[in-house]
Amino acid sequence: MSTAAHHEEQKEQGRSELGVALFLGALGALVIVQALLLPESLIARGPVGPRTVPLVVGGLLLAVAAFLAADVLRGGRGEPEGGEDIDLTGRSDWLTIGMLVAAFAANALLIEPLGWPVSGAILFWGSAFALGSRHYIRDAVIAVVLSVGTWYLFVLGLSTALPVGILEGIL
Amino acid sequence: MDAFDQLIGGFATALTPGNLMFALLGVLLGTAIGVLPGIGPAMTVALLLPLTFGLDVVPALIMFAGIYYGGMYGGSTTSILLNTPGESASVVTAVEGNKMARSGRAAQALATAAIGSFVAGTIATLLLALVAPTIARLAVQIGAPDYFAVMVLAFIAVTSVLGSSRVRGLASLGLGLTIGLVGIDATSGQQRLTFGVPELADGIDVVVVAVGLFAVGEALWTAAHLRRRPIEVIPTGAARMNREDFRRSWKPWLRGTAIGFPFGAIPAGGAEIPTFLSYVTEKKLSKHPEEFGHGAIEGVAGPEATNNASAAGGLVPLLTLGIPTTATAAVILAAIESYGIEPGPRLFDTEPELVWGLIASLFIGNTALLLLNLPLAPLWAKLLRIPRSYLYAGILFFSSLGAYAANASPFDLLLLLVMGGLGFMMRRYGLPVLPAIIGAILGPFAEERLRQALQISNGDPAGLLTPVSGTVYVVVALILLWPLVRLLLPRKAAVPVLSDAVHEIEEAHAHHGLTEAVSVERPVDGDDRTR
Repeated sequence: MSTAAHHEEQKEQGRSELGVALFLGALGALVIVQALLLPESLIARGPVGPRTVPLVVGGLLLAVAAFLAADVLRGGRGEPEGGEDIDLTGRSDWLTIGMLVAAFAANALLIEPLGWPVSGAILFWGSAFALGSRHYIRDAVIAVVLSVGTWYLFVLGLSTALPVGILEGIL
Repeated sequence: MDAFDQLIGGFATALTPGNLMFALLGVLLGTAIGVLPGIGPAMTVALLLPLTFGLDVVPALIMFAGIYYGGMYGGSTTSILLNTPGESASVVTAVEGNKMARSGRAAQALATAAIGSFVAGTIATLLLALVAPTIARLAVQIGAPDYFAVMVLAFIAVTSVLGSSRVRGLASLGLGLTIGLVGIDATSGQQRLTFGVPELADGIDVVVVAVGLFAVGEALWTAAHLRRRPIEVIPTGAARMNREDFRRSWKPWLRGTAIGFPFGAIPAGGAEIPTFLSYVTEKKLSKHPEEFGHGAIEGVAGPEATNNASAAGGLVPLLTLGIPTTATAAVILAAIESYGIEPGPRLFDTEPELVWGLIASLFIGNTALLLLNLPLAPLWAKLLRIPRSYLYAGILFFSSLGAYAANASPFDLLLLLVMGGLGFMMRRYGLPVLPAIIGAILGPFAEERLRQALQISNGDPAGLLTPVSGTVYVVVALILLWPLVRLLLPRKAAVPVLSDAVHEIEEAHAHHGLTEAVSVERPVDGDDRTR
């Protein structure tokens, strides 16, 4: 990568990190406004009502947002987390993220209608696909073994209910 | 000796065949999950938390003790064989241990880590058993204002880890505190930040917060930057060491224990500082200082012992005050809470079977760890080769399973995804995750104590000041103003070992981070170190 492109990227990170400061500031404002809108409570005990702590936390967020913005404008940068499996030279791979989020959301929406043995398998298979595995059959076998196995483990071994869904009567 | 009888009773609890099995299972699972790359001890504990939902509280916590130690040892194995520290406390292990492994001494590095962990863990657990009841007795007498002060100290300490940006630590703390605010306020019945969503009325489950920020956030972050090439794992045989290695290791083990336990017991931001202190101490005292940086066994033995001793020390404030000082301890606190038990000074009186059973199982877990891990090292090394697509798919799978099992609510799964997104953003912009976890778990407790204290004083803020809390606030102010304080101190006043440790930490951060971390609190150029 050329130095110019590198600088371009640095600059872009600077701009997007201001977004973090903006997010913190907006969250702080939200917390404060929400606290001020709380109706007076008749059953509240003690001199400190439900507003005080949210006001302090909101104030902390606003102050941190201001300091972070100042830090970023002065050239400070957050350090992206590294790791052995992480290659920070490229940009974020949003396609992979999108597919993972889709698999994750599918599980959340399908877990009750279809049951964990099915939705969990979809989650695992979809995530493995998103992460670049192309052994479709092998992935499917692993996914089904994991989801059915954990269903039995939780329901029989740990007596914690997991939805059985469409496989009711079969499992 | 009272504590001794109690401890014997604890062993009677822990050594029933069922509980013994849970302890061993915990160690095995904890090591197996902890050894996976990218999964630190805290994430191991959070991911395995759902397994204990169906159990009674005593076996559940006994299994947890095993998971705790197993997860930590698993993390060291990864550091040594793969040079990927699961959390900041194993950074030093990664430095020296990986160098040893590269020069063909992986088995010795693993052995000194395992035996050192065992020695330190055993001594530190013994200290815990001796010290904790006394502290609990003293702690019964301190009031709500003091508790609040100690919690404020815990908040500030986790945000001010040396070498990292303080603004970003505070930002993370603020996010965590905000998460902790969501739900019905216990004293007034008002809904705060729920926006009329009924599922939010009970607040956001800590399992969802911890698993979302740690596990889902990590999986998403790694997926976005996945290195698509086979990774290099250093092969190893069974962990073993010879007499010479022993001769060079036993003193670092003991010194590491002495450094780690007190640092773990005070809310001082986890095991990072003591492990570096131990590293620098060993480097100073070693007869082979030239080996440091190229795989010195003392540089693995000392910090690993420190790490384990500090973990046991961390249980002192957790069990006596209900205050977690590490992410792992925060998750354990959440687990204890989920059984309707409030950790605090009365725990030793109200739940003696639980506390002493837990302490006894720490001994058992520690021993099991040693017996299992010396011969199983090659197996753990194989686990490191698991294809990355399966590893991160598995993390998402088990995260969803755990979050759903906590409350049987699909809404929690969407919330988990939101937390994962937050965790992704935090990793992207260098916000540490730990302060957010501590804030979310400890925030509601701190608010309750604050309001109790002000209720007693009738709203007068002066009621927050007692001799104990005043002292704690001075410490808080010193930590917050440290960059200024350091400029005012005479140059010779800083303890040399401490400033060396600070230097090492900053070096390690610079080394592990790929982009340059700059923050406004960095000391001005040309200050005390130039001379």
